[in-house]
Amino acid sequence: MSQERNLLELTAHEAHDLIQQGEVTASELTAAYLDQIERYDNDVNAYLLVTRERAQEESGRSDSNGGPLNGLPTAIKDVLCTRGIATTCASRMLENYVPPYTATCVRRLQDAGIVTLGKTNMDEFAMGSSTENSAFGPTRNPWDLERVPGGSSGGSAAAVAAGEAIWALGSDTGGSIRQPAAFCGVVGLKPTYGSVSRYGLVAFASSFDQVGPITKDVKDAALMMQHLVGKDPCDSTSVEHPSGIAIPADRDLSGVRIGVVQELMAGGIEPGVMEVFTNAVKKLEAAGAEIGEASLPHSEYALAAYYILAPAEASANLARFDGVRYGLRAKGAEGISDMYEQTRNLGFGDEVKRRIMLGTYALSSGYYDAYYGQAQKVRTLIVNDFAQALSEFDILISPTAPTTAFKLGEKTGDPLTMYLSDICTIPVNLAGLPGVSLPAGYADGLPVGLQMIGPAFSESALLQAARGAEIAISLGSTASPLIRERS
Amino acid sequence: MSQQWEPVIGLEIHVELSTKSKMFCGCEVGFGGEPNTRTCPVCAAHPGALPVMNREAINSIGKIALSLECEIAERSIFHRKNYFYPDLPKGYQISQYDLPFAVEGHLDVTVDGKMYPVGIERVHQEEDTGKNIHAGEGGRIAGALYSLIDFNRSGIPLVEVVTKPAIHSPQVARAFLNKLKNTLKYLDVSDCNMEEGSLRCDANVSVRPAGQTELGVKTELKNMNSFKHLEKGLTKEIERQIALLEAGEKVVQQTVHYEVATGEVHPMRSKEYAHDYRYFPEPDLAPLEISEEFIRKVRSRMPELPSMRSERYVHELGLPEYDADVLTSSRDLADFFEETLVFYNDAKTVSNWLMGELLGVLNASGKELGEMGISAEGTAQLLKMIDAGQVSKNIGKEVFANMCATGKSAAQIVEEQGLTQISDTGELEAMIAAVIAANPVQVEQFRGGKEQVLGFFVGQVMKQTQGRANPQVVNELLRKQLAGS
Repeated sequence: MSQERNLLELTAHEAHDLIQQGEVTASELTAAYLDQIERYDNDVNAYLLVTRERAQEESGRSDSNGGPLNGLPTAIKDVLCTRGIATTCASRMLENYVPPYTATCVRRLQDAGIVTLGKTNMDEFAMGSSTENSAFGPTRNPWDLERVPGGSSGGSAAAVAAGEAIWALGSDTGGSIRQPAAFCGVVGLKPTYGSVSRYGLVAFASSFDQVGPITKDVKDAALMMQHLVGKDPCDSTSVEHPSGIAIPADRDLSGVRIGVVQELMAGGIEPGVMEVFTNAVKKLEAAGAEIGEASLPHSEYALAAYYILAPAEASANLARFDGVRYGLRAKGAEGISDMYEQTRNLGFGDEVKRRIMLGTYALSSGYYDAYYGQAQKVRTLIVNDFAQALSEFDILISPTAPTTAFKLGEKTGDPLTMYLSDICTIPVNLAGLPGVSLPAGYADGLPVGLQMIGPAFSESALLQAARGAEIAISLGSTASPLIRERS
Repeated sequence: MSQQWEPVIGLEIHVELSTKSKMFCGCEVGFGGEPNTRTCPVCAAHPGALPVMNREAINSIGKIALSLECEIAERSIFHRKNYFYPDLPKGYQISQYDLPFAVEGHLDVTVDGKMYPVGIERVHQEEDTGKNIHAGEGGRIAGALYSLIDFNRSGIPLVEVVTKPAIHSPQVARAFLNKLKNTLKYLDVSDCNMEEGSLRCDANVSVRPAGQTELGVKTELKNMNSFKHLEKGLTKEIERQIALLEAGEKVVQQTVHYEVATGEVHPMRSKEYAHDYRYFPEPDLAPLEISEEFIRKVRSRMPELPSMRSERYVHELGLPEYDADVLTSSRDLADFFEETLVFYNDAKTVSNWLMGELLGVLNASGKELGEMGISAEGTAQLLKMIDAGQVSKNIGKEVFANMCATGKSAAQIVEEQGLTQISDTGELEAMIAAVIAANPVQVEQFRGGKEQVLGFFVGQVMKQTQGRANPQVVNELLRKQLAGS
């Protein structure tokens, strides 16, 4: 039992070292995680599909040949295509869809030797902030099963927090990696737009979407990123990462200029979150950081601009789900229009429909300039805001989300309140910058996330600062109760 | 008719490029084949698949834009054109919208000796759709039992060429399309096969009272799959619009379908017409930046275009302008001409032969040069046989037609059919003596100074030899015998 507990508390880089040294085998590690899934996933519902046999087979192979990520049991958000393994995007539309190809980011990890544990739950087509928009039931937060794990990568974040994966892949369009990482007390990195291939990531909003790691600590995020980055000939928006990814050293924050974004603190931040955040800032300062006040003057328009641009792109990206070639097709339709209508009515949930309608409207003739055109201008202003702020500071910080994990059902009746959950993370996606969330402390026993933002392609420096913050904040073990229960 | 009407026509031509692979994926470009065998996650629009631009296609559109003397944009962008149709797998077509690849060119055409300038509005890059196949009831969607979709065509690079509304007759429209096709063939960027759909032409048509500058209400005429049908469809549509206006009715802006089988035009119900394509910039592709360097490179790789080639024929080969224009009106013909010259170095003789005989055979058969059995070398051999007196010029024409039809060599045909020219004086002398003896009246006329009668005697000899007698020898012998006896 204690052996198993130890295995579940290992970070990926620790496990990696132990496997290399022959202290632990990939099979043992995988078995421990599969056991934890067996034990808890009925409650947590982090996984839509557990690929148990495949995982056992892969870990068996890992025992005999070693890639750089050899034997690390990994969860994959179900928005990433996996050849031969159902990829549903948590939608009825793709309930039985098995892709003929594997997403580049997944393939890169597989080539490096990971073990695939399964596909994780999410908000349908990555649209949502609580994983309650999954067509296959919500995921629950391992810190409090009555609460949401955040979203849309809630399954991946919950899996890591529950010890059901050593790390996981998520995707982030407006905060979908960072906000659930914050809610579940784990680390989540949204990389610079273009640094990780989107080929095989089922598109929600193409100019925002990025794949990134959800991990137990900052070093793990860097380790996974080393294998995710790189230009992909199949994704024209991907680039070779100019500086590569370094594993952060155990260093303090001496000389790091950190700006606290004032507009992101302006209102709506829960007192408990604010308190944790303020304490964290003090610790960063104590660790040598130079703290100042930063400003993103146009960030108050970020949410509005995002909810024009992202749905506009989504309305086109989701047009391919028409019942013609794959996925759901409504039965008994009369004629092609009726087939489209019935299929899309049955296949999509409310939030997806809402965003398709928003986007379609925003792009309609006569409205384009007033909505899409205007929102693009706001996006440019926000890009400029960040450039200005990042000329004064190395790193910008804010709380990752204005609240801690809320109760299931608490916000489902009010989409706008739900959208506000991403108010601190969305500006980063508009600017295409890298942002990381790491545990900053607890409010009423629930994790609070600290968001750190850096210039484009500054992942190495950003993760180094995050590592400095991690040491400064010094929470000790961040293992959730579901991992600690096993001791 | 009390009023003069002026038709105004703008053409939208879609050209499927004959690149190796599709516009945004690595699938092979081709026509026909087993349905859905040339598809991949990208062109079948699987979730998560992304487009990657085909550089070869950009080279091709660069050539097209330069040949039309367009201004190539330094920066053009791709847009998504959104609409639902089963043959459009992504639910949007990647196309270009307000920043197209090239603008403001022209291609001028000559009809009946008169030059008509045709301005080019824009040239842009996009991708083709799949093909719906309707089962039962003659392949039309109405009454079909079910429909199938073949995505082999999905994603093939398409270039759209849009003219200004600057064409005022169906004849000029046809001549324009023909010249454009010829130019594209010269550039070797497309098969330009209208029946297979690698060259497609729609037309915007309106009419207005002659002298009026404001445009009338236009219709969009579709489904003309040959030059003949383009001209016919436009003629019918112009007639339809004039009839409406003269009856005091209005032209409705709508799509008009040309019925290939009957040659009639049918307005479609306009319910579906009000499309809102919700164009927006394609986020999966970077803007297309075209450098001076790129343009220089494409220009240096441009083949010789018809106008340049025609000029060369006049200046270097000494051909009349008319000959040069006719020969260069098709790349195939001009290539054939030049290849024949390699084996038979007399430009005017070859030109006469091709313009007279080869074009005659092509017109009569309605076939393309490539479908003929004739080769340039074979043509040169035939010309040499005529020069050598082995076969008469007239018989040579029959032999040529036969060569085109069968692919046999001239020598083989002459041998098989016994068409060798008779130049043997002994054989001819006896024949001539008999002819003179049988026509005393004409002999008198000739001797009385009526020179033209000689032709009568030649004709008689030719008749007896079925045209095989060598006319020069016959002439000589006739004069000798008529003078002598």
